[in-house]
This record gives sequence, C-alpha cells and structure tokens, in this order.
Amino acid sequence: MADLRINFAGIKSPNPFWLASAPPTNTGSQIHKAFEAGWGGAVWKTIGAPVLNVSNRYGAWHQGRQRMLAINNVELISDRPIEINLREIAEIKRAWPDRAVIVSAMVDSKPEAWREIIERIEDTCADGIELNYGCPHGMSERGMGSAIGQVPEYCERITRWVMEAATIPVIMKLTPNITNIVLPARAGVAAGANALSLINTINSIVGVDLDTLELTPSIGGKGGHGGYAGPAVKPIALNMLAALGTDEVVSKSGIPISGMGGIANWQDAAQFLLLGASSLQVCTAVMHYGYRIIEDLCDGLSNWMDEKGFKTIAEVSGHSLHRVSEFKDFDLSYRAVARIDAAKCIKCNLCYIACNDTAHQCIDLVSPQGALVEPYAYSVRSNGKQEAIETRPQPVVREADCVGCRLCYNVCPVDECIAMVEVPSGRSPVTWSELAENQTPVTEDWEAMKDYRGKVGIEIH
Amino acid sequence: MEPALRNRAKALEEQLPPLTSHAAAVEADRCLYCYDAPCTHACPTHIDIPRFIKKIASHNLRGSAETIYASNLLGATCARVCPVQELCEGACVLGADHKPIAIGRLQRFAMDHARLNGHYPAVKAKPTGRSIAVVGAGPAGLSCAGELALRGHKTTIFEKRSMPGGLSTYGIIALREPVEVALEEARMIQSLGVEFKTGVELGSDISLADLQRQFDAVVLSVGLGATPALEIEGEEAIIDGLAFIEASKTAPANLYVGRNVIVIGAGNTAVDCATIARRLGAERVTMVYRRTDREMTCYEHEYDFARKEGIEFRFLAQPARVLLNDGLAVGLECLRVELGSPDASGRPAPRPVAGSEFVLAADQIVKAVGQQKPALAALLGLSTQKGFIAVDDTFETSLSGVYAIGDCIRSHGAASTVMAVEDGKLAAAAINQKLMSAPASASAPLEVS
Repeated sequence: MADLRINFAGIKSPNPFWLASAPPTNTGSQIHKAFEAGWGGAVWKTIGAPVLNVSNRYGAWHQGRQRMLAINNVELISDRPIEINLREIAEIKRAWPDRAVIVSAMVDSKPEAWREIIERIEDTCADGIELNYGCPHGMSERGMGSAIGQVPEYCERITRWVMEAATIPVIMKLTPNITNIVLPARAGVAAGANALSLINTINSIVGVDLDTLELTPSIGGKGGHGGYAGPAVKPIALNMLAALGTDEVVSKSGIPISGMGGIANWQDAAQFLLLGASSLQVCTAVMHYGYRIIEDLCDGLSNWMDEKGFKTIAEVSGHSLHRVSEFKDFDLSYRAVARIDAAKCIKCNLCYIACNDTAHQCIDLVSPQGALVEPYAYSVRSNGKQEAIETRPQPVVREADCVGCRLCYNVCPVDECIAMVEVPSGRSPVTWSELAENQTPVTEDWEAMKDYRGKVGIEIH
Repeated sequence: MEPALRNRAKALEEQLPPLTSHAAAVEADRCLYCYDAPCTHACPTHIDIPRFIKKIASHNLRGSAETIYASNLLGATCARVCPVQELCEGACVLGADHKPIAIGRLQRFAMDHARLNGHYPAVKAKPTGRSIAVVGAGPAGLSCAGELALRGHKTTIFEKRSMPGGLSTYGIIALREPVEVALEEARMIQSLGVEFKTGVELGSDISLADLQRQFDAVVLSVGLGATPALEIEGEEAIIDGLAFIEASKTAPANLYVGRNVIVIGAGNTAVDCATIARRLGAERVTMVYRRTDREMTCYEHEYDFARKEGIEFRFLAQPARVLLNDGLAVGLECLRVELGSPDASGRPAPRPVAGSEFVLAADQIVKAVGQQKPALAALLGLSTQKGFIAVDDTFETSLSGVYAIGDCIRSHGAASTVMAVEDGKLAAAAINQKLMSAPASASAPLEVS
C-alpha cells in the first residue's frame, strides 16, 4: 500500500488532498463533515476584510450532458463574523489534530492589518496560513486579491510583512490572471514564503442568456467577470505548475507547491503530482458531488501508485518534470503516424472529416472491396440498412502523407481505436536549437530551408 | 364520451408517448454526428439525420424540422411508421455494441414541434405556369404534390376517398399513427398551395384523357388493389383486414370484434389486425399462416410485438373452409401443411396434406394476405411489369407525360411509406426538369412579369 501521507512545508496530513479555500470550507461544521469523509486537510475560506455578498453567485459552463465542466463565481471571501470563524478554526484543529488546517487570509495592504490577522490566526493553533493574492473579483476592486497577485513587487512586499510576523508555515497563493506566472512565484521565494499554491480562479464571463439578453448569472439584471475554476481549467493550471517546476529560481529554492485547478479525480491528482505539486487542493468537484469523492481520490491514487511502484507522494512529486521541454528542444526527426484499428472502428468517419476539412488531408475512405471512394457515393435510390452497412467505407490513414498531427486520435469516439505509432523517419535526431546553432541559415532563410529539407528528405505536402 | 368508447379509443391510442424535451436532448447529445452517416444512407429519403439531431441538441427545433422537410415532406408520418430497425436505426454505428440512437422518436419530436408551432415549409419559387395532376392522396401523391408545389407548379390532387392521406389515414393502425397526424400532414401539403379534390375517382368521375388534356403532366399514385380472394367456401363471412383497420381508425366505437378471432396471414398488416382485435377485447387472437415463423413477411420487431400482445400463432395451416352457422363464422377448417422446395418467392412452397383437415374455432375471421396488383394499369392501357405499372428512371409510364409512383410501381422490394415518399420526391424532380426544359404549353396561363 502506497503511503499517502505528506509533510508540506512542515504541514502534515494523512493524504495530499485538501479542500481549497472556497465555499466547501466556509464553516466548522462543513469541515468537520469533510474530515469525517476522509479529507487530509482544509484551507479555510478566506477571512479578513468585512464583506457583503450578492445572489446568483455561481455561473457554470456545461457541455452537452456534462454539467459544470467549469464554475464561475462572484462570491467574496467569508462574510461570517471573523470571531466566529476564528473560534471554529480552533475547535476544528482541536478535534482533528492529524489533519491539516490552513487559514486563508486577505486584508488591506497595510503591515499592521496583516500582522494582526496573522497573530489572530496563530492563536487558533492552525497549521498554516495561505495568502490570498488571487481572488479576481470584488476584492480586487478594493486593492486586495489579484490586485496584489498581479504585481510581483506587491506580492514580495506584503509577504515580507507576513513572514516577519508569522511563526507557522505560510503559503503564497498565485493568481493565473497574469502574463508570466514565474514572476510572482519568484517574488514569493524572495520574500521567504514557505510554500506556493496555484492556481486561483481565472477571470471569466460565463455567458449571456439568449431570452433575457442579460449576463449569466444575472445579479439583478447586471453581471460581470467572475472567477473560473473546475475541470476545464486543469490544462492551464498544469502549465503554470510546470512553469514553476522548470524555473531555475523557483525550482532551485526547493519551495513546495500546492497544486489546484480542476482536480476532479485521482488521475488529475496524479498529473498534478507528476508535474511538481506536493499537496493538492480541490474545490469544484466537491461543489458538484460533495465530500464523498475523497474516497476514490485516495483509493485510486493509492492503487495507481502501487501499480507504478511509487511508495510515497514525495516519490511521485515532480517525476515528470524533466520531460517538460521547450519547442526548440524537441526532436524534429521524431515521427509518428495515426493508425486506425479497423476491427475497433465503427466507421463514424469523424476522423475522415476532421482530417480532410481541417488538418492534413491524409485519411481516405476505402470500400469493402478495397477501392478508394468519395463520401456520399451511394445512389439516391439506395434504401435500407443492408446496403448502408455492407457498402460502408472504412477510413484509412495514408501514412506517407500523415504528419502525425493527432487530430483524428482526439476526435475518435472509440477507445484505443486510433493509435499514434512511432515510425522511423530515416533522419538523425536534431532540434531547432541545434539547427539554429550549427546551420543558422536554415532557420532564417526559406531558400536554405528548402535545400536542407531536400538534403534530409523532409517533404511538405 | 361513454366509458366503453373512451376505453376503445384509449386501447388504440398512439403506442409511444412523445419524447420529453429533456429525453430528446439527452438522446440528441448521444448522437456522434457521423460524417456521411450510415443512417442517412439507409433512409430511403436520405434525410440528413445527424444534422437534424444536432439541431435538436442545439435547441434549433425549427431548423431541425426544416432539415427533415428538405428531404422528406412526410416526416411526421415516417417518424411513426418507418421500420426504423431495418432503416436508419438499423444502420446506426452505435448499434453494434451499444444502443442505436432513437432516430424515429427524435424525428417525431422535431415534427411535433413543427406541427404545434405551424413551422411548415413555405413556397419560395415563382409560379411556373405549369400545372400537374396527382391522382391519389396517399404518401407518394402527397410527397410528389408538395415537392411540385414547392417548385412553383400549380398542383391538384384527385382522391377517391373522402379524406386524404391514403394508408396513413386509413391503413396504419392508430397505435402507430393517429388519423389526426395524417390529416394534418395533408393540410400542410395543402398550405403549399396544392388543391385537393376528394371524392373524385379516376375512371368513373374523371378520365385519364381529361387529366392529360387539362394538365401538363399526370402522376398516378393509386396504390394497390383489394385483398385477393382466398377462394374458399364461406369466404363471404371473412372480413377484409384493411377494412378492419380502417374501421378501427375512423369509427372504433362501431367496430365489431369477436371473442375468438382468427387472422389469416403473417405480414405486418396481419399483425396490425390481430393487435386491434386483441386491444379491442378479443379473448383469443390466433394468426394462421401456412408457413412458419421463419418465412413470415412481417418485420421481426412486429412479430416480437405481437407475441407481447398475447397473440397466438398457428403455423403450417392452410385455410380450407369457413364453417358457418346462420351465415356467421364459427370456425375455420384448415389443412396441415408441409414445406417443400423453394417456390418463386424463394421460400419453401407450402404443400397441403390431403386428409389432414382440422378445425380452429372462431367467431370472427379476418384476412390480411397482401393486396392485389393495381387494377388501373390494364384499365388505362399502361405497360406493366409483373402486374405493377411499368416506369422508366424518371417514373414516366408508357404514356408520355403520365408518371406513376408509390406502391403501384413497386415491382420489387417491400412497399413502404418512406419509399413512396421518395418516389414522389424523385418524380417531382424529374417532372420539374422535363417541364422546365420545354416551353410552357399554350393551354396553361403564362406568368407575366
């Protein structure tokens, strides 16, 4: 059995799964229930400046039958009296000494305000503090949240104030609403933060109601941008996580990273770990299905680790980071082509139309007799399933022309029907960097490029 | 309505409820949106099925109906009566290891929406000055007339019955298509500017020569003839299956149904007759067929349906004589049958065994053993093929300017509503092409622009 315990910047928890600072961690009774379900930790919904909330706080993006691929919210930080929050934090920590209780905080950008909130949080015996520099709506209009996170100098200055006051681990949470995620992360490292976490929500407008012509959700006829989160943002979060793991300054500092942004199942979790996270936070999936999903998160991750021979979370963490590369270092001679398994193919021809309309025109339709046929080749007099089934053509990849773009693989509705198969290119491995260094004209001049392609045998169709 | 009548109407009301919006959306989302989809290939009218389904998914129901009408003006009837297992749904790529998309029911959903909101096709073409007569207001005739009207031709339908719709109105069991659906579809065709003349029969009320004189083209969509005689003793006590179905649709309250009913035949119409008898109170319904369940001509799903209805089967029995008491049927004497080598139909030839007579008790006997070939063909002096009206690739008969479509030309393949609709569509295109490539006739009013 894999050991799921973590020690994240000194914060210990029995598994790497924490509830992110959000509605699921609004009250003590909620977190009590979550811990009973098995959650390893919880980041208390942000406490700090006084706020009031509005109705119709959550919008969502649905696709087909799949509800809530992403959620968008304009809910602010905790609107409960701060004393009640602090009392409940203390009660929860007393009741659950083995779980991680972290408190998210956001106050006015004044050293005394931060010092006061840090002290009040430490009085609860919480395990750590998360600095909310990410909230993109409402609070940012008041100079807090992402208004700080988007300016690395502010991040560094405030984190320094916090580090002077804090005696427990401090996690600086990053906003993704920034051009280069590395800069605020470096600011956190410079200020001496104990850990980083990412991503907070992404600025978004979820839609417009086509009956009322109001924004969705409508807040008394008005709407605005909110914070976007959930499965749809996962690839963005993974990219930002990898950007930190491959940044020299951030990675050399050894600062641990708590990963979040669309984790809905153990597979997502494993991917965040592989790209460098060492604790994981979850929100939207819990808001969709409840605390009970922790069971499969732990169970699935543990089973996968056993299968792969990972004994601890630390072993998984960052395991795939060395594969993160820049385009210029990819092998230009690596060649893969799509291959369709005719036995599995149901002949929906989605690959055919995707390839022929929008990719590289290298999938043919082949009749059962082996002849190339055009789509819609049947007679208008044709009728009945027999002929439709018996004459149905099979999509076949013309491998010589396939550039290995992988679009067909992505649109195929059948599991393991299309495979991307590595084939020899007959060329020596070479990267763009190497070309730029050793054969500079090839990378700067089309004529030289033409000669080079002719020499090594690269044909562009 | 008296309780008994209400029950009768209820017993025969449309079998499948309409899909709810939610159910339709769920099913539409399940469609893969195949390219050059096999369902579209298998549909005799080649409706762009993935397209109309995706329009249901995107809540563009008006567009969905327009997509269906573009290939098939009788989409509401076809959605209900098509043997989808043998056509679109039978070809669905999800059928192999999953459940095919419920195409028929989705089409009905789109068509119901069009009907309830009056979203019918509109004529955009300018009047062409050509006029066409269509004889017979069944599916083929309605389809052809509608397609011609959409192309700007002045089209008149002559129908011998009092109501249009042909078999959709009179011959399709209400369980599958209520009369109102068929009539509303005819009204939709009328709304395209097609003139309906009901109660006018070709031959007796109007001659082909008259029509040829008055119109630029004549389309015969006359269907098939009567149920053939069994030529057995006491046959006058046997009820015709099509008349039985017609009565169940037009006047179910007055339809007499026995307690112990025999239906002779094993095709889809026979199953329909047996179903009506069963649903309207017969305690026992037995289908008598001279071959076995392997040779039955009804669709497999119809056979399954019949068994679930509690209908019994007596195979390898050849009706020989109706036993009468006071002129009323009391039983059917049959001969046991042995199957021999294949006959002209490719099925084993039934050979009655001499001296094997046995009697099946019955107080009502219905026959549904197919329909005779169109009697009009010979009457009008048209060339025939295997007894059906012979036509060329453009549906033109041996008489120039006279076309024929639908069951009356179906010399090969199974007759079906959707095939009739396709005939109408293709014939309209061919007629349009021919008429528009020739100058407008002197007798027809010329369009003045």
